[in-house]
Amino acid sequence: MAGKPVLHYFNGRGRMESIRWLLAAAGVEFEEELFETHEEFEKLIQGGTLMYEQVPMVEIDGMNLVQTRAILRYIAAKYDLYGRNLKEQAWIDMYVEGLRDLSDMIMYFPLSLPDEKEMNLEYILQRATTRFFPVYEKALRDHGQDFLVGNRLSWADIQLLEVILMTEECKASVLSGFPLLQEFKVRISHIPTINRFLQVGSQRKPPLDEESIQTAKDVFRFEHGLFLKNMSTIVAEY
Amino acid sequence: MSGKPILHYFDGRGRMEPIRWLLAAAGVEFEEKFMKTREDLQKLRNDGDLMFQQVPLVEIDGMKLVQTKAIMNYIAMKYNLYGKDMKERALIDMYSEGVADLNDMVISYPYLPPAEKEASLANLKDKARNRYFPAFEKVLKSHGQDYLVGNKLSKADVSLVQVIYHTEELDSSVMANFPLLKALRTRVSNLPTVKKFLQPGSKRKPSEDEKRIEEIKKIFS
Repeated sequence: MAGKPVLHYFNGRGRMESIRWLLAAAGVEFEEELFETHEEFEKLIQGGTLMYEQVPMVEIDGMNLVQTRAILRYIAAKYDLYGRNLKEQAWIDMYVEGLRDLSDMIMYFPLSLPDEKEMNLEYILQRATTRFFPVYEKALRDHGQDFLVGNRLSWADIQLLEVILMTEECKASVLSGFPLLQEFKVRISHIPTINRFLQVGSQRKPPLDEESIQTAKDVFRFEHGLFLKNMSTIVAEY
Repeated sequence: MSGKPILHYFDGRGRMEPIRWLLAAAGVEFEEKFMKTREDLQKLRNDGDLMFQQVPLVEIDGMKLVQTKAIMNYIAMKYNLYGKDMKERALIDMYSEGVADLNDMVISYPYLPPAEKEASLANLKDKARNRYFPAFEKVLKSHGQDYLVGNKLSKADVSLVQVIYHTEELDSSVMANFPLLKALRTRVSNLPTVKKFLQPGSKRKPSEDEKRIEEIKKIFS
């Protein structure tokens, strides 16, 4: 007997947000157990359900799944959001991996040192508008279809909308050079399940503010050095 | 008519090495085109071959695949190294992603500035010995089977064995307390395809030396 998936995380977006988006878009109701303190997180670790002592963790279909990509792929496959064949899957994988690179930069941005914030923001926006968004604009232009892959909704479309909205929170006019992405954003937002998720009162989480940044730092015991290391890892040219 | 896959990268391990291992384990012959200079990378970018201006790039079955995980998934599915159903795939992914997290530390280590190396190595050893290898040892112990998932070789086993070898280069006694992992490593290493790949003269890459690291940094500078 399958119950609802249960998401274990802190009360913020982080790496769980993409999972919330995908479940919501698939019309899957889910529950959340959100820890607020380091002690609660420790308790979860002691419980032995976290394979690498890390979250996100999602209880689904009798499994305690960890590792964001493992969770996302399972959901995508289960709810038919992963293409119809291996080649479509490969395209979806390429698209979502690119989006993750961009969303990681945005996710870590609030943890920047104060005197690096402006530089990091500029870098994020430059990458978004010259490396990432052009790829998706071109994909839509090349085939003229409503969705990125295979003329039907997939994980790639849902994640693209998520990342567009995250980037617009950094700069509202960031889509100004991308007419097809603008139309895409409207179109995908109107899909009923997604539209519902975008309403107030859904399980979608707001961006980090001062208070929730501090909570995240406390819960995960982020060290000063970790912020810098993460940012430099992300921005390192590869 | 599809020819052999073509791998575009520099002549070193980096992010392409897990892909080489997986193709080799699957018994798939491949060709390599090495970037030697910054201009070589620029040419690939200018030719429009790199979706996100980054390598690895693998030309396979008429596609120019980028993003390491997309490439690994495609190869694993195509060559039946990805389990028999969605649930097995989920486990394989969960294990592979953990391996990749450890592998990221191993890959980046040679390129770190000297001042950061010591702390980074200590962290890598700690994570290998206390987080990752115990987790995989536990999986093998839990079912007593020869491979991590579904009693059959998968990309999780291949990648784990690769990271075991490479971690051991940095921490020679890291495997001391993991008898089942040692057995897995031996078992996978003795598979004919993998055995061949482990011989000298294969496309397996050695660890990068100082000189090679400087050359590689120039390509990406």
